[in-house]
Amino acid sequence: MERVVIVGGGVGGTLAANLLVRRLRSRIRRGELTVTVVDDRGDHVYQPGFMYIALGNEAPEHLVRPERSLLDRDVRLEIGRATRIDEAKQLVELASGERLAYDQLVLATGSRIAPDEIEHFAAEAHHFYGADAAQRLRKALDAFGGGRIVVGIAGMPYKCPPAPLEVTFLIEAELRKRGLRERSEVHYCSPIGRAFTIETVSEMATPILAEKQIELHTFFNVESIDPQARTVSSLEGESLPYDLLVLVPPHHGAQFLIDSGLAPAPGGWLPTEPDSLLVKGRTNMYAIGDATDLPLSKAGSTAHFEAPVVAERVAAAALGREPHPIKGTYTGRVVCFFEVGDGKGTLLRFDYEHPPRPPRPNRMWHLGKLAFNRLYWHTVPKGRV
Amino acid sequence: MTTELTAPSVTRTIDARGSYCPGPLMELIRAIREGEPGGVIAVWSTDAGSRIDIPKWVEKAGHRLAAINSQDGYDEIVVEQRR
Repeated sequence: MERVVIVGGGVGGTLAANLLVRRLRSRIRRGELTVTVVDDRGDHVYQPGFMYIALGNEAPEHLVRPERSLLDRDVRLEIGRATRIDEAKQLVELASGERLAYDQLVLATGSRIAPDEIEHFAAEAHHFYGADAAQRLRKALDAFGGGRIVVGIAGMPYKCPPAPLEVTFLIEAELRKRGLRERSEVHYCSPIGRAFTIETVSEMATPILAEKQIELHTFFNVESIDPQARTVSSLEGESLPYDLLVLVPPHHGAQFLIDSGLAPAPGGWLPTEPDSLLVKGRTNMYAIGDATDLPLSKAGSTAHFEAPVVAERVAAAALGREPHPIKGTYTGRVVCFFEVGDGKGTLLRFDYEHPPRPPRPNRMWHLGKLAFNRLYWHTVPKGRV
Repeated sequence: MTTELTAPSVTRTIDARGSYCPGPLMELIRAIREGEPGGVIAVWSTDAGSRIDIPKWVEKAGHRLAAINSQDGYDEIVVEQRR
C-alpha cells in the first residue's frame, strides 16, 4: 500500500489531492494507494474574500465551506493538527497523538499571521487577514469621520502582495463617496524603495496613488506603535501620526515545520526547488503555496498553478514513470486581479521569466474579480480552471 | 569594478544570491534588526537591483555604505550599522 499525505486543506492541498486521484483512481479503488488530506479545521476558507468583508459588503459565511464538500470522494480527509514531521520514519504526527505514515508528502501548510510581534498591534492597528479582523476594520471605517489613515506593512513576505495597496485604493474611494475625503489624509507606507515589489506593477500603481492624492512613503518598515502619541514608526526612523491605522501583520510559515527542522526560523518558509517544487534535498516531499520560500506572491493563485505540477510528479512517482517534462515543471506562473478602486481593476499575469504587464485598469477586471470570488468554489479546488 | 570606501571587517555575511528583489534588502533589514551598532554586514546578491536599492535604503535608514565589490557573478554590498 502506497500512501500520499497532503498536509493543508487550502487551495494548493485541496487541488493537488483532487488532481492526484484523477490520475490514480484505479489504483486507489484496488486498495493499492491512499491519498489523505490532513487539515486542522476541516473547513476550507476563501481568504481573498476577507478584504471584501471590510470594503465590499461580503458576508463571512460566504467564505467558508466544509473541506469534505470540495474533495473528491476518493480522497481521505483527516481532521487534526499536524505537530511534527518525522522524516526518518516518514510519519506525520498529529496533536491527537495519531501518526500518519507517508511514502510521498505534500506540505501545503500556508502561512500564519503574527500581529503580537508588534507591541500594541492588537489595540491600535487593524488588518484584513481574517474574517473577524476585517469586520473590526469595517466597524472602524463606519465610525471614521475624517482624519489621517495610515496603511503600512509590518513584515515581508506577506499574503497577497497587492492587498494593502488595494485596500488603500478602496478606502480612499470610500472616503470620497462618503464626503469625507476633504477632511482626510491617506498615507501608504511601502517597505521598499517603490510602491510595489514588482517594478512594472509599481509603475502602474504609483501614478494612481498620485492622482488620488495618497501620500507614498517608501522604505517604511513598520517597527513600533506609540499608542499615547498615536504614531507608527519605521525602522528607518520615520514616524507618522494616525487616526486609523491599518497594518499587514508579520507572517510566518507553520511552526511545526520549524520544529521538525524542515524550515529555518524565524521565517518558517520551506526551502523549495523552483521548478520541481521538491523541498530542497528531499525526493519525496513537496511544498505548495505560501509554505515555500520561492520569490513569488504568497497567494492562492500561486498554489493554484503549483498544485497540478505536484500532482503530476507525485502520480508519476506512484506509477513508476518519469514526470511529464512540461506538466511536471513549475514556471512560476501566477495570475491575480488587482483592485484600484472606483469600480476598476487590472490583472497581473507573470512567471519566473516574464514580469507582469498590467493592462490599464478598467471595469472589466474589477467585475472579473467579483465573479471569480463567486465562481471559486465550483472551479479552482475541483481543477476545472 | 570595485567601489572601496573605508571597508571595516565584516561581522556578518548574508548570502542572498539567487534571491530576487526585494529579497536581499529584506535579508539586510532582518540582519540590522538583529544586529548592534558597529556591526558590519556584507550582503551577497545576484540581483542587479540591489546595487541601487540597498544604498538608497542605507542612506535613508542612517547607516553607512562601506563598499560595493563586484565578485565573480555577484555583488558584495558592505554596510556598517550605525544605530
